[in-house]
Amino acid sequence: MDALFLQILNGLEKGGAYALIAMGLTLIFGTLGVVNFAHGALFMIGAFVAVTMQRIFNFSLEIVDATQKDFLGNPLKVKVPYVIEWFGDGFGGFLIDWSVPLAILLAIPVMMLVGFVMERGLIKHFYKRPHADQILVTFGLAIVLQEIVKYFFGANPIPTPAPSDYRGTIEMAIFGLNLSYPVWRLIYFFFSAAVIAAVFAFLQFTTFGMVVRAGMADRETVGLLGIDIDRRFTLMFGIAAAVAGLAGVMYTPILSPNYHMGMDFLVLSFVVVVVGGMGSLSGAVAAGFLLGILQAFASMNEVKSLIPGIDQIIIYLVAIVILLTRPRGLLGRKGVMED
Amino acid sequence: MFGLSQKDTRFLFIVIALTLLTPFLLNPFPTDSALAQFNAGYPALMQRFAIYGLMAIGFNILFGLTGYLSFGHAAFLGIGSYAAVWMFKLLSMNVLPAIILATLLAGLFALVIGYISLRRSGIYFSILTLAFAEMSYRLAYSVFTPITNGETGLQLNLKDPRILDAAPTSASLPVPSLFGLEMNSSWTLDLGPWDFTFNVGYYFCAVVAILGFYLSLRIFRSPFGLMLRAIKSNQNRLNYTGLNSRPYTLAAFVISGMYAGLAGGLLAAMDPLAGAERMQWTASGEVVLMTIMGGVGTLMGPVLGAGFIKYAENIFSKINESILHSWFSWLPDGLEDAVVWVFARFVGEGWHLTLGLMFMIIVIALPGGLVEGGQRIARLFRRKSEDAPSATPAE
Repeated sequence: MDALFLQILNGLEKGGAYALIAMGLTLIFGTLGVVNFAHGALFMIGAFVAVTMQRIFNFSLEIVDATQKDFLGNPLKVKVPYVIEWFGDGFGGFLIDWSVPLAILLAIPVMMLVGFVMERGLIKHFYKRPHADQILVTFGLAIVLQEIVKYFFGANPIPTPAPSDYRGTIEMAIFGLNLSYPVWRLIYFFFSAAVIAAVFAFLQFTTFGMVVRAGMADRETVGLLGIDIDRRFTLMFGIAAAVAGLAGVMYTPILSPNYHMGMDFLVLSFVVVVVGGMGSLSGAVAAGFLLGILQAFASMNEVKSLIPGIDQIIIYLVAIVILLTRPRGLLGRKGVMED
Repeated sequence: MFGLSQKDTRFLFIVIALTLLTPFLLNPFPTDSALAQFNAGYPALMQRFAIYGLMAIGFNILFGLTGYLSFGHAAFLGIGSYAAVWMFKLLSMNVLPAIILATLLAGLFALVIGYISLRRSGIYFSILTLAFAEMSYRLAYSVFTPITNGETGLQLNLKDPRILDAAPTSASLPVPSLFGLEMNSSWTLDLGPWDFTFNVGYYFCAVVAILGFYLSLRIFRSPFGLMLRAIKSNQNRLNYTGLNSRPYTLAAFVISGMYAGLAGGLLAAMDPLAGAERMQWTASGEVVLMTIMGGVGTLMGPVLGAGFIKYAENIFSKINESILHSWFSWLPDGLEDAVVWVFARFVGEGWHLTLGLMFMIIVIALPGGLVEGGQRIARLFRRKSEDAPSATPAE
């Protein structure tokens, strides 16, 4: 029973990442009708924003420390990060320690900007083109972004630890069960849930969101009412990019960022989107968590010994079963992307 | 001739001539010149052109004619490779039984996967095929290790039974052959400063590829091909006329799967080694990109796209900074370093960047792929002189 509950928690964290990326993909597809193969790259860029933040805070100057001597008796030169020099050990140390969560503040404007540039510079010209063209051009863009990141940060994964207080495991007593679970994964789940809730609230309770939803349903009529729907859709692209970026930022302590992490997540996210139903936001979120939890269950040793290899293929197996029994995915609408 | 119209026969002969003369055409630069780096006329690369060209031709029968975008064709390539290597291990080093079994087994898998996947269309079909291919890939790595030899890949072994072959006399591994004609033997023609290599393996692949091309030409021109096109343009309408389109799409899927299996068998025949990474989704994606890049639904496009991508992969990735320095040594020192630095980002390890940029440029500038580019150039020439023959065939 303990193990079962633990696997649900495991699945929630992974499902959170799938859900966030899949939601961004669905937002872009639902508003602009574009299949964005570069979305995984946005996730990856988000992760590297966290790496950049860490590097900025660790930017050091060398000072001669008179109290320490090396083995020859000369005064030792030590590297001291600028932030510690400026703000002292307390606040400076806090900044360095908390560089991953603080990177969120940097990631939102950066990712919005990346999204705007991408949409205005490239994607705009591909609204009316066939999906095959959209896939090819965004796939090309994803490769280019990957290579740029690889040039600046190298090919090896870069460890980006969580704040030291949140690195270990937490002991929980839920329903009389004693569980120990990595803190950061729990935080990641709550974070993804909060972001998902914020996006839904934005679409549901603001006038802007209402217009966007109306535009998703019937773009032309909204245009006839004198609303510049293109501009709002561009902003939605920025928001989708920011959501992917945030998912990447917070995922860095779980998986050290490397330049091809985006591609690894992209394929699974597409499976998630399609299982959830093309164009359905709640479908994408539900499918993300569902597949995450199922994958966690399948990696249990008891299950693996029962059906060997199931942990490798469970997501695809579930996707096949769902697509064959529910033609348009879990919550998909009729007639979207079926031709 | 061959049941083709006159225009198509001429086209077929052009293709045959180009394929057979490839060792000359791809070796335009003398061996010692600075540009020899761009020569692609060495056996390993020419074999790849023929093999991936064949695979793209087959993929085009499905994607180009019916519009069904499969994201799982690499699975058939991998299955073909495994089947061929097993034939080499168990039966004989002759390539014919190997590629025949590779084709048939891939066709069998395509029948099952296609039967299930074709119940859906559009992106749902793509994801279904992707799911099957990823499952094959992951199972080949884990549960099927006894058959696939997992991460190491399936290799030949001196202790293999090979029941039809004579017992090995030497301690080295046998080489795949066609009735004694070994696949890796080559003959080099020295012609002044040029070296032209004629490789048995390449010509074997080329003959198979030409046969595959001829078959696809026939399919394109046949009533069956018309039916497939009708499915692409409006499947609903076809169904309303009382026709069941499923058998046609399934047939196209199986045919293109068999092409992929044949390509996989040829890959194993050129280098008797099969690994699971051939089945990964990136490999499936590569075929899709080849086809789109060359021109979807055109006869020659996929082959051109395959050649283009394989050329970029093999040639650009080999250029390093010292070669660049030797090219730009005539520039002033500081400028040379700057130019070399810029170019070095696009070649060697950075060749992916070139590839990505090329995808983007071709999609942005030439929506119909390379074939459309050729047609535009041809039209440009034709406008200048009305009676000049077209440089590229219409399809």
